[in-house]
Amino acid sequence: MDIELFFQQLANAISLGSLYALIAIGYTMVYGILRLINFAHGEIFMFGTYIAFYAMTSFLLPWGGAFLIAIVLTVIFGLLVERAAYKPLRNSPRMSVMISAIGTSFLIQNLAIVIFGGRPKSFPVPDLFNTVIHLGNISIVSITFITPIITAIVLVFLLYIVDKTKTGMAMRAVSKDYEAARLMGIDVNWVITITFGIGSGLAAIGGIMWGLKYPSLLPMMGLMPGLKCFIAAVIGGIGNIRGAVVGGFLLGLIEIMLIAALPALTGYRDAFAFVLLIVILLIKPTGIMGKNIAEKV
Amino acid sequence: MRDRKKVLTLIFLLVTIIAVAVLNFTLDSYKLKIITLCGIYIILGLSMNLINGFTGLFSLGHAGFMAVGAYVSALLTMSPALKDTVFYAAPINPFIKMIQAPFPVALLIGGIITAIIAFLIGAPVLRLNDDYLAIATLGFSEIIRVILTNTQTLTNGSLGLKGITRYTNMWWSWGIAIVTIFFMIWLVKGMYGKAFKAIREDEIAAEAMGINLFKHKIMSFVIGAFFAGIGGGLLGHLIGTIDPNMFRFVLTFNILLIVVLGGIGSITGTVIAATAVTILMEVLRFIESPISLGAIHIPGIPGMRMVIFSLMLMGVILFYPKGLMGRNEFNWDYFINKKFLKSKKKSV
Repeated sequence: MDIELFFQQLANAISLGSLYALIAIGYTMVYGILRLINFAHGEIFMFGTYIAFYAMTSFLLPWGGAFLIAIVLTVIFGLLVERAAYKPLRNSPRMSVMISAIGTSFLIQNLAIVIFGGRPKSFPVPDLFNTVIHLGNISIVSITFITPIITAIVLVFLLYIVDKTKTGMAMRAVSKDYEAARLMGIDVNWVITITFGIGSGLAAIGGIMWGLKYPSLLPMMGLMPGLKCFIAAVIGGIGNIRGAVVGGFLLGLIEIMLIAALPALTGYRDAFAFVLLIVILLIKPTGIMGKNIAEKV
Repeated sequence: MRDRKKVLTLIFLLVTIIAVAVLNFTLDSYKLKIITLCGIYIILGLSMNLINGFTGLFSLGHAGFMAVGAYVSALLTMSPALKDTVFYAAPINPFIKMIQAPFPVALLIGGIITAIIAFLIGAPVLRLNDDYLAIATLGFSEIIRVILTNTQTLTNGSLGLKGITRYTNMWWSWGIAIVTIFFMIWLVKGMYGKAFKAIREDEIAAEAMGINLFKHKIMSFVIGAFFAGIGGGLLGHLIGTIDPNMFRFVLTFNILLIVVLGGIGSITGTVIAATAVTILMEVLRFIESPISLGAIHIPGIPGMRMVIFSLMLMGVILFYPKGLMGRNEFNWDYFINKKFLKSKKKSV
């Protein structure tokens, strides 16, 4: 691999990694508070992309407005999912909650097939995101630069909320000890709503970025990114926002670089994430940045 | 009393066999295929219920296990000449080409190889619990699918295997289903079953009581995978073609639906739900195909069937989490004593 190709691939890897990171943060925040794999996160992501698509094509909105509406509607959608599928099961065994999450994920996917149709739709990419930038012999599409910048902005914003604000303190308290937080007068349901809203908003931003990068929309498009980003969150240490970012970048880097180095493995691309997950779980089950917590009897 | 129950069970078995024979002669091939499929789904549902319901391990790897069973048994029953014509894109591995076995042996080998793979997967993964186990097993099932797509000389890649002789009939599927039912009853009622249930209820307490967690978890996992492999083999020989795309997560979802609907941890429930869901899956096909009533044309709605099934799963888990049977089983005592002791339902 020559040096130019290497930098080209590195730019791709960082761009994909920051996209993974963006979605993984949503997973990690919800898991941190509810101890629940939100299987429907990938479907919320898909929903956001489709809304942006319809806002731009059917309602002919400018892309800025379309993206904003998509994010707002996806947040509302995410909150509805939480209210309908997870809230009634707050005191049920974990297996029930997980089955409900899987059911929700399938329901949204198949409703999307019924409503949006099973054929791929092509996402209109505004010029701003589609300009090719030449740096010496390397040419890179501008979306490759924009994604990491947006992820960085979102990360700073989130870290500010979680570390500095009162809501953030409540979030941390709920994630440490659900019962104790409630006894201290924290409105746990409000914290869960906020968390789900933020997670869904991030899924929408991630979905729009995904659409700009890979402009072919399918109802099943959320499945693989959803699984991979959950894996990224686990690799980084689930419940930890910085960990999710590390995991996302690591996954993006490994995926792109392994294929660039060994093109024979291209067919196995979707398996990398799972192999990495299993390796991490066996070496350090709490993830790279996770803390070890002893099981209480 | 015991003899009476044995006699009743024997009569019940006899009636089932007669029913299979009668149905075999009277129904057309399409309906026969559905009933055969019911038997296969009973096997698959029971195998998942053993892992998820009785041992409390939330595993989502069933589609992968079925894929292994289906591919191994299909490659064993196909003749070398047939394999040559099917593998036109890339030549088949010569060893795989020559090896051949009769159908029952092929099924058994398919099950055993699935069990071996489950052991290799389970040894590292069963140390995890809850959500991590679910994601890791789901991951393995996806890896199996990716491997099947990419090993062209062994599995013919994404083209899949075609022209598999349709050996699976009513006798095979229901015969194996009945054997599976009795094996599961024996296993769950026995010493091992008690250990499985103890692990399900409280892992730490079970360990403190001297139950070897790892041994029992892997045992349940491997036995479940064995039957899933046999179910996969039967399915492959019923449909006649298999390809990696058949074994997506949807397949695991269908079996999970059966287990949840019937009651997580109930053999009887799984048997009833497997039959009901399989028949419903075929009955509901009409929604997805266009209907024309004289002058009125209603276009089919693709995807609607799965919407109904996901709503069913959600409905059961949200409003009636016990499912059809909860953890109860069908019991002759209940029928015999029904008149005298209405509320005394024995739960296992």
